[in-house]
Amino acid sequence: MKKSVVIFLVIGLAMSVTAFAQRDQIRIVGSSTVYPFATKVAEQFGRSTQFKTPVIESTGSGGGLKLFCAGVGVEHPDITNASRAIKSSEVEMCHKNGVKEITEVKIGYDGIVVANSIETERMDLTRRRLFLALAKMIPAGPDGELKPNPYETWKDIDPSLPAKKIEVLGPPPTSGTRDAFVELAMEGGCKTYDWIKKLKDTDKNKYKEICHTIREDGAYVEAGENDNLIVQKLQANEDALGIFGFSFLDQNSDKVQGSRIDGEVPTFEAIAKGSYPVSRPLFFYVKDAHAGVIPGIAEYVKEFTSDRAWGDGGYLSDAGLIPMPDAERKALGDEARALKNNV
Amino acid sequence: MSSSVSSSASALLTRDAVASRLKSRYRAENRFRFACASALVVGGLFLAVLFTSIISQGYTAFTQHFVGLEVYFDPDVIDPAGNRDREVLASANYNAIVRDSMKRQFPDVTGRTETRKLTGLVSNSAPYELQSLVETNPAIIGTTETVWVPASDDIDMLLKGKISRGGAEETRRVSDNEIAWIDTLEKSGLVDRRFNKRFFTAGDSREPELAGIWGAVVGSAYTMLVCLALSFPLGIAAAIYLEEFAPKNRLTDLIEVNINNLAAVPSIVYGLLGLAVFLNFFTMPRSAPLVGGIVLSLMTLPRIIIPARAAMQSIPPSIEEAAYGLGASPMQVMFHHILPLSLPGILTGTIIGMAQALGETAPLLMIGMVAFIVDVPASIFDPATVLPVQVYLWADSTELAFVEKNSAAIMVLLAFLIVMNLAAVIIRRKTERKW
Repeated sequence: MKKSVVIFLVIGLAMSVTAFAQRDQIRIVGSSTVYPFATKVAEQFGRSTQFKTPVIESTGSGGGLKLFCAGVGVEHPDITNASRAIKSSEVEMCHKNGVKEITEVKIGYDGIVVANSIETERMDLTRRRLFLALAKMIPAGPDGELKPNPYETWKDIDPSLPAKKIEVLGPPPTSGTRDAFVELAMEGGCKTYDWIKKLKDTDKNKYKEICHTIREDGAYVEAGENDNLIVQKLQANEDALGIFGFSFLDQNSDKVQGSRIDGEVPTFEAIAKGSYPVSRPLFFYVKDAHAGVIPGIAEYVKEFTSDRAWGDGGYLSDAGLIPMPDAERKALGDEARALKNNV
Repeated sequence: MSSSVSSSASALLTRDAVASRLKSRYRAENRFRFACASALVVGGLFLAVLFTSIISQGYTAFTQHFVGLEVYFDPDVIDPAGNRDREVLASANYNAIVRDSMKRQFPDVTGRTETRKLTGLVSNSAPYELQSLVETNPAIIGTTETVWVPASDDIDMLLKGKISRGGAEETRRVSDNEIAWIDTLEKSGLVDRRFNKRFFTAGDSREPELAGIWGAVVGSAYTMLVCLALSFPLGIAAAIYLEEFAPKNRLTDLIEVNINNLAAVPSIVYGLLGLAVFLNFFTMPRSAPLVGGIVLSLMTLPRIIIPARAAMQSIPPSIEEAAYGLGASPMQVMFHHILPLSLPGILTGTIIGMAQALGETAPLLMIGMVAFIVDVPASIFDPATVLPVQVYLWADSTELAFVEKNSAAIMVLLAFLIVMNLAAVIIRRKTERKW
């Protein structure tokens, strides 16, 4: 008999949840690349203010924006992190669901590295070499012919490269890191062919198909979202290369080294300067309608944009975020703290 | 005569044939036994490798290096006006106090980067610990005390030998200077390895030296509580109905097939269901143990119903019939005889079902329980994670020190599972009855 009382109690509680659906802590979703930075800020924010520590889910940039744009109200997240800028289709979705005022905050840069084990020699790559090594179809002639990628070893691509089998471990298509790698490295190399570059204006779909399609014959191995695993596999296999974010290279500099791309070694300075070609900006988006309702949003933005966080030498740079130049940081920081609707 | 000879000859032949085959039969028998034994050995070996790798990586996480700071609680920095105003005490620059006490140890360290590295020897929680010391006991201001604060994760790893001191400086997480400083501190007795209490009392953190599993343990406990409160009574009620009262027809057959199917449905499906029904339709709070418990109870229900029915079936019908014969009502038969006698089997099934639910992460992903949550949940409505989710989150972290923390968390999770399964075995042994 007591048990049925318990059941009714629990069901009753469940029903009444709708009645007290209010929140006193910030909810954040979004990119797994921004997650390590956002969690640092959230923890600092929770420790140094009276507010509760925000709850952060790592859902990927696309998944985060989908949740974020689902509507206004306590059941929807307040902030979403993204490793790319919001797309116009996503802005439309937001507007359709009543999320009208959004503040975009660019927080800094992340570099994508192509690394191998420190036991072996550093690879000297270019974006074009990466494209030739990893694309499904590569140009066969100067005027628009394509052929399936024939390259087996790096030496086949360029005689100066070692005669090692092409074997690259990288993230799966759901990952923002993969998107950024394809756009920055593959497309960057692809564009070095004049006829493909011209194709961009005439046949954009074809252009994307050539530049963005990664080969599927085993040279590119999808290694899951766990970057620690890729580092371990690189240690075990000296011939393999791995693709991951700069922060992992920074943490594991005793095990792996970043390949030179277009003559630049991925270092903190090279990415901040913009001379390392495979880097991307990171963002978070704030739902302005929640700012007065959920306590602490303005203060969280303030903590994130403070110099001790995103500044040069701030704690986010310790975690691997590459800060923006002083002037840009100042301008963007003022805009963010005012929660200006800038999307 | 001749026939008897031939029959005895054939008997002799059979005996010979049997005798000659006997050896190979014994050999076959031995081979079979060996194959079975080696299967067990291989299984045991895998388990041993798993445990050794987890334990050898994880046991160091139960201790943590602390650094003793000679802290001068400088009144000019903390409370220049001297009126002990709470707001002033809370907003003082405790970073400066930590920096000054490190600098007093190493007066010849200059320059911004080097000073930062020097202060970086201790965890960045040090200023907050000083702050709470001052706030609980303002009389400390103006005195000098030795305060023990956690070493930063890299230093802790270095002292535990997980970061090597050899190799070129630029390929190491810890610079030569940092190694020299910490060695000096160690020589003067200001480095101590202590039991890592924080690991068992704190919530998640991005700093490995501050991270703990208590938040996840509490989250797991709340989730299991909700799950048990729902699935245990519902499961038993359903089993009683199906076993004792339900008519035998197409409909109950269909229900039975479905219950068996539900036990085999991949758990992520329950997560999707939870997202669609409990979060989107009933708008229950995201990440709450309440929703996690409900979702897991859906998963656990068939795993309780099936063994509960089996336990009831195994009771001899004579007991039931005797009770009816003495005039007991169906409810009395159920509650006085069948239920108490089948309880051991039901409890075993429930415990094993709960142990499975405790190790589940996939359905929780969909309802937002896979998240960075620092605060320890205070009720079933607060956001929370569970132990296996904590393991998953730490496995994805960049910091080297999370590797040992993660192995330690796995050890705690395994300990819970072993205790639960052991309880199931003991209950079965103690209460089992042969008819």
